[in-house]
Amino acid sequence: MAAFKETKLPADAPIAQKGLAWVDDRFPLTKLWNDQWGKYYAPKNFNIWYIFGSLAALVLVLQIVTGIFLTMHYKPDAALAFGSVEYIMREVPWGWLVRYMHSTGASAFFIIVYLHMTRGLLYGSYRKPRELIWLFGFAIFLCLMAEAFFGYLLPWGQMSYWGAQVIVNLFGAIPLIGPDLSLWIRGDYVVSDATLNRFFAFHVIAIPLVLLGLVAAHLIALHEVGSGNPDGVEVKENLGADGHPVDSIPSHPYYTVHDIFGVSVFLLIFSFVVFFTPEMGGYFLEYNNFLPADSMKTPPHIAPTWYFTPFYSVLRATTSDFLWVVILGLALYVVFVWLKGKIPFKAKAALAGISLLAIIGMMPGMLDAKFWGVVLFGSSVIILAFLPWLDHSPVKSIRYRPDWHKYVYLVFGISFVTLGYLGTQMPTPIFTMISQVCTFLYFSFFLLMPWWSTMGTFKPVPSRVTFHAH
Amino acid sequence: MSNEKQVDPGRRGLLVATCAAGGVVGVSTGAALISTFQPSERAKAAGAPIEVDISDVAPGTMKVVEWRGKPVWILRRTPEMMASIPKNDEKVADPTSDKVYQLPMPEYAKNETRSRPEHKEILVVVGICSHLGCSPSSRFAAGSQPSLPDDWNGGFLCPCHGSTFDLAARVFKNKPAPANMDVPPYMFLADNKILIGKDEKGEA
Repeated sequence: MAAFKETKLPADAPIAQKGLAWVDDRFPLTKLWNDQWGKYYAPKNFNIWYIFGSLAALVLVLQIVTGIFLTMHYKPDAALAFGSVEYIMREVPWGWLVRYMHSTGASAFFIIVYLHMTRGLLYGSYRKPRELIWLFGFAIFLCLMAEAFFGYLLPWGQMSYWGAQVIVNLFGAIPLIGPDLSLWIRGDYVVSDATLNRFFAFHVIAIPLVLLGLVAAHLIALHEVGSGNPDGVEVKENLGADGHPVDSIPSHPYYTVHDIFGVSVFLLIFSFVVFFTPEMGGYFLEYNNFLPADSMKTPPHIAPTWYFTPFYSVLRATTSDFLWVVILGLALYVVFVWLKGKIPFKAKAALAGISLLAIIGMMPGMLDAKFWGVVLFGSSVIILAFLPWLDHSPVKSIRYRPDWHKYVYLVFGISFVTLGYLGTQMPTPIFTMISQVCTFLYFSFFLLMPWWSTMGTFKPVPSRVTFHAH
Repeated sequence: MSNEKQVDPGRRGLLVATCAAGGVVGVSTGAALISTFQPSERAKAAGAPIEVDISDVAPGTMKVVEWRGKPVWILRRTPEMMASIPKNDEKVADPTSDKVYQLPMPEYAKNETRSRPEHKEILVVVGICSHLGCSPSSRFAAGSQPSLPDDWNGGFLCPCHGSTFDLAARVFKNKPAPANMDVPPYMFLADNKILIGKDEKGEA
């Protein structure tokens, strides 16, 4: 480390410049700004899919700020919680606006994050060297789900209560320790005041702290390796005379202006929902949640909020009949990997061993379908984390993949949306059947990706990004 | 001069001992924090047995009482209801309640009607579906009706994921719920007075 040296400015330099120099000598403020945004060079061919990262950051800030003001009026007490939310809605000046911004913000956050992840899928944003960015992002997604789940109990309505009851009981399906584990999570024999209080603590402090740390890690990793782009070209391989990639532009002012435009469009839509349809037909705020929690009476139709329903459908699809399909699928997969897989023998043996145990566990009389439903439910989320290692396509972007790959993505997308829709509906035999088919397609998409992603005729990837000046 | 220094075994030993002692304190503190998640003494006390007067439960009707914050159903079954139970033996997943339950299944309830032999018609169950903890609704009328099979003999339907139970709260085969509803420990203090949460063998 060099010795400390005060920056010398002329005596008549503006006070702001002197102040900044004083700070920069003591804290890398200008450096941070330049590294993270001001002189962060991003590819110039970003399209609309690249707006959702900035929007997610905006909604995160919105959720934190509105959340802080809500906690000033909310009471995390089973006897008072429901009333305090109604108090915020009816008596706190502008309280209804803050609350609707927060509840709409939750759904907006998930819409944005799902689109952000779709972008990743389409353009291979998770491919080397961006695996860690994807993993941090995945952890952020888990945190968001936890935030949403804990937060949903707080209004202490019927749906809050029974939704929490259902999810906490998921842990009860784990053999041996399950019932004690759910008891420990609830802190009581049922979802009660103790549960509400701890969920409040998780929602307002524990998870947000983790979330902020992960967001910082996500951004630092991104700005370290550089952004991807819709062509999947590594812009850093083509540097100009100034040492910056020729196909990149500094984020400020170019992407600042670009993102402010995107933010304006987003805020228009967001405000429309907040002011005109904050319940969004029962999807953003479920009707049953306007009834106070009653531990003696389950509402006739329990459904999680829309952003959980695709995974929830996987849970419901797992009946004891469907386990035979899972067993068959798993067995065929092991044989397939054994014959075609290019992984080490030990990995094959491990996969075969684990699959054999799972198949034994799925046999009648062993672990019941409820447990396997929870396992598949968890796996359907976790499997996303493995994408960087499942995708073996020689090109990153969908633009240069064989055309039929687009249909594979389309079928996957339709399965995911169908699962999401069915999760909001009452189960009927035909719906269960459809969700089983979609569950099968969902897992096949990921598990067979190492093979199908390499098949077909790929188009040549250009050396420069595709860009036409406006 | 070399940067490598001789390891002083005395100091190294002290360092290891200090880290170990610090680690024990750290782990114990963590354990104490984790323990705060357990049910509090107050929650445990609220889980004490309750006495219920069932003189107002007419045949064919059900009373719901709260025990440990959960609905406990007390159903006085009519002779027709009792007669419907054996008809379901083939269709239910666990006719004599031999599986493992969340609450230990009392010996006196391990039978077709899942009730004490001296008061066979009284069914006492925790009215919580064994799938994910919803409370099923009563569908006592027999015969074909929405969401139920045509050969329905009366029972319960869970609104969450469609599990069905018969009038002994036994789950039908191939439903999301893996097990029959729990029977809490209970005993008769008098013909019309029962104690829920405790029996001859002690408290739940």
